[in-house]
Amino acid sequence: MYSVRLFAVRHSRFFEALYNFVNPAILATLRGITRVFGKKLDAPITAAEAGLKGLLFDCQMCGNCALSKTGMSCPMNCPKTIRNGPCGGVRANGMCEVKPEMRCVWVAAWDGASRMKDGDAIKSVEFAVDHRDKGRSTWLKLAREDMKQDN
Amino acid sequence: MSSTDIDVGKVGTNPGDPLPRLEGHVSHGRFERVLKAGHFAVTTEIAPPDSADPDEVLVRAAMFDGYVDAINATDGSGAHCHMSSLAVCAILTRLGYSPILQISCRDRNRISIQGDTLGAAALGVCNVLCLTGDDVGAGDHPEAKPVFDLDSISLAQTIRTMRDKKTFLSGRKLDLEPRLFIGSSINPFVPPIENRADQLAKKIASGAEYIQSQYCFDMPVLKDFMSRARDLGLTEEAFIIIGVGVLPSAKTAKWMRSNVPGVHIPDDIIRRLEQAEKPKLEGRKICAEIMQQLKEIDGVAGAHVMAYRQEQWVGDVVKRSGVLGDRKPWAPEKTDTTIGTVS
Ligand code: SF4
Repeated sequence: MYSVRLFAVRHSRFFEALYNFVNPAILATLRGITRVFGKKLDAPITAAEAGLKGLLFDCQMCGNCALSKTGMSCPMNCPKTIRNGPCGGVRANGMCEVKPEMRCVWVAAWDGASRMKDGDAIKSVEFAVDHRDKGRSTWLKLAREDMKQDN
Repeated sequence: MSSTDIDVGKVGTNPGDPLPRLEGHVSHGRFERVLKAGHFAVTTEIAPPDSADPDEVLVRAAMFDGYVDAINATDGSGAHCHMSSLAVCAILTRLGYSPILQISCRDRNRISIQGDTLGAAALGVCNVLCLTGDDVGAGDHPEAKPVFDLDSISLAQTIRTMRDKKTFLSGRKLDLEPRLFIGSSINPFVPPIENRADQLAKKIASGAEYIQSQYCFDMPVLKDFMSRARDLGLTEEAFIIIGVGVLPSAKTAKWMRSNVPGVHIPDDIIRRLEQAEKPKLEGRKICAEIMQQLKEIDGVAGAHVMAYRQEQWVGDVVKRSGVLGDRKPWAPEKTDTTIGTVS
């Protein structure tokens, strides 16, 4: 939801802290689930991630989550899906070139990042998304990457 | 560098043959040479024709002869269909011009872009400008599917990979890498103004070696931006070329301000045009004055003159500004350049 999304950016520092706190727990749980159930529970886990992140950030489930590096503003809401924004078309009032009724996702991102402890992460260059991951869970991906490293 | 500084003897027999690549240069092109020699460069934009006529391209380019160091061939700018940037560049390189291939991410995915990059280099193109591109809704085919597989920064990384690692993004080897001088754009005049220098840093980190900016009509904002860029050491890492515009009237200026994304024109410029007896002349004077001021700013490496539908005046503003000093940019010999129309 748009208003919740703006709220998340305004409170990016809180969400960053929350994320840093719960993320290891989520990943540990998912590793446990994977060990016991394999991939059987992927669909409900993905749906849960989509529901929660959708509500908070208007997450588009790109499968390459970058929220911690984008001031808690989901870059996939940018009509040009820019991963290193903003573009040069931002309106003087900070609204999006393409959707004048929406605050530019990347104006929000730099703003959110300025409040985050690790906000400088936005300064690192992100390569384009892997389109094969669309609709997949980033949490499961990260959990399984950890498992591969552990093995 | 005047045209005579280039050892013509070492150049092939055709004007479009590549120049030898100088020590410390990434491309074979003249544009990179001008910048690396420390000259204040002037670039401009050619409007690709709505036509299959190659002569139309040459006629439009000839208007800039002797005044510009490179010519940007726009890529479906404003999301409108025109002759492709690659084709315009290929026509221009035949005569030895230094075109800048603009690649927008709106219409092509990474497979197509990498193919075009190789093709462009094979056709003698030495410069590329990486752009994200305008939204399709801005153009005459709003029903088209926007691609945006990459963004401008990923695009610069892609070309850098091809050139410096000699591979496609997939890792597959290239037999001969595209020797392109890589550029990117920046708009210091729209929000988030306080982060635009940081974004410039990202563009440079992604591989941009020169930058061309959006229209500059607001000196204080630019000076602020440049001082941040200098503080971050960015002016040492890339050549920063600032965009300037030729405004024909207050009416057009106002229209551009409200309809062209990313164009910022302060009220005092509009007032000047309104009050001028000859607004067209005033517009050219404004442009020339801004160019003179740019030349004084530490770290500004050149001016990019955008004169859409006023291309015939580019030479006039460059002359008026005096930014070239006594340097005359290379231009092809005046010959019959007719390629002939395919009909
Ligand atoms: S203005 Fe912002 S949200 Fe809109 S297209 Fe540009 S970068 Fe994306």
